[in-house]
Amino acid sequence: MCGIIGLHLRDPVLYERLGPLMAEMLQGIVVRGPDSAGVAIYGDKSRCPAGQAAVSLLNAPEGLADAVARELPGVEEVHTELVGETTVLTAATSPELLSAAVAAVSPESRVVGMGEDMVIYKGIGNPNELARTYRLQEARGWQGIAHTRMATESAINAEGCHPFSVGVGVSLVHNGSFSNYASIRRELEAEGITFDSHNDTEVGARFVASRLAKGDDLSTALTALRKKFDGFYTLLVTTEKGFAVARDEFACKPAIIAEHPRWVAMASEFQALAMLPGIDEAHVFEPLPGRVYAWSR
Amino acid sequence: MESLNDGTAEFDLAVRSVRELNAELHAPSVERYVVRHPRGAHAVAAGVNRPLQVRIDGDVGYYCAGMNQEGLITVDGSAGPGVAENMMSGVVRIRGNASQSAGATAHGGLLIIEGNASTRCGISLKGGDIVVGGEMGAMGAFMAQAGRIVVCGDAGDGLGDSIYEAQIYIRGSVGTLGADCVEKEMRAADRKSLQDLLVQAGMTSQAEDASYLDGFRRYGSARTLYHFTHDHAGSY
Repeated sequence: MCGIIGLHLRDPVLYERLGPLMAEMLQGIVVRGPDSAGVAIYGDKSRCPAGQAAVSLLNAPEGLADAVARELPGVEEVHTELVGETTVLTAATSPELLSAAVAAVSPESRVVGMGEDMVIYKGIGNPNELARTYRLQEARGWQGIAHTRMATESAINAEGCHPFSVGVGVSLVHNGSFSNYASIRRELEAEGITFDSHNDTEVGARFVASRLAKGDDLSTALTALRKKFDGFYTLLVTTEKGFAVARDEFACKPAIIAEHPRWVAMASEFQALAMLPGIDEAHVFEPLPGRVYAWSR
Repeated sequence: MESLNDGTAEFDLAVRSVRELNAELHAPSVERYVVRHPRGAHAVAAGVNRPLQVRIDGDVGYYCAGMNQEGLITVDGSAGPGVAENMMSGVVRIRGNASQSAGATAHGGLLIIEGNASTRCGISLKGGDIVVGGEMGAMGAFMAQAGRIVVCGDAGDGLGDSIYEAQIYIRGSVGTLGADCVEKEMRAADRKSLQDLLVQAGMTSQAEDASYLDGFRRYGSARTLYHFTHDHAGSY
């Protein structure tokens, strides 16, 4: 199965409530993915301060921040936060430089997300317990997504947990399975792209990131993915600008979108949206098979 | 549960569980129920097996009114996947839209969707009837064996793919026809059957409007994909 929620806030008054709203939405998808959960939060300045970059890591050794700081001349301090299995480093530099410094001093650390406005957490276990570990209830910001996983294509570990984040501020969550991902992975590897896991979704994320890097907008990149990837999928992709949903032609994997003047939300099931403020006035619809839907700030 | 003076019991899912609701509906103390605050819950009013009237005030999740037998179940909202799946008899009415696989494998009864139906509506239908007031999504009536589907609006791609002996009536346009699905002549008996279904669905004025009925076209199986003899279609 797997469960997806995403919330893109249009009304800044609601930014203070991002975490509580997401925590409530998460209740609607816990049973769909009891083995692991991941979250991406956009716009929480207490987690990624303005003018700084945040890099989320798995397998980070102790004392990494000091070693990374020594790699970054002119950066006074690299701040570390240990959040369950995820370590988040923040520093007044760019996401690329911070990530490169991590790779230079700690090749065993795995970068699972980097952004100027985004923080990612991943881990295995019950989604409700993980939400407490991630302090989801306290999150503030303008956008967030979460995924609860019931693993099918690869092992249950933090590496296989969604969101898959490749490139600055891009996150992808997936309900379903890609069937031709091994071939596409070989094509991407031939282009020099490297992979962190054996997961099918990572191939989708790296494909989207490579298209975005070539200048596609989110909607065009997802349309390209739809033509290239075979299998069952409902995808939610977020960037530091916006939010997009794509479904395969058979649309077996559930998806429901609610659009309100104050927010746009997407979830695997309606029960994850039922408590959103103003849901009774929202335009609630199912994304059509084979279509891409996108919103930006 | 709160019993009202007119013999209706009110059941609030904000304070009690779906399991409790369904236990009550399976051994009912009254004949009419109103269910409040469903908030997308799954399996609301599944397995009803008596002629109860159940009105659900809000949106429901998966498998609402599944396996219904004799129940008269109305959802004042939209329904998630598999509404009235495997229904045997009774009437299920959705005032809003229905998600995928509405009426899947229904053996009998009538499912009315006043809004739109999503993909795979009436998949593997086995004798039930479905009336959709709005549009029906892609892959409708997939492998439908018996029963009737009426769509007052448009139907999406892949209509009636691998269909057996179910009958489809569409008033709007059809995206594409699925494998082995063809348009068929609307005979007097078919028109009567369509008219009866519209009356049962409460669309009396449309049922009596000859020009409205003229707008429908009938679809069914070309019978090139299956190999049991259709001479026995009535007994399957």
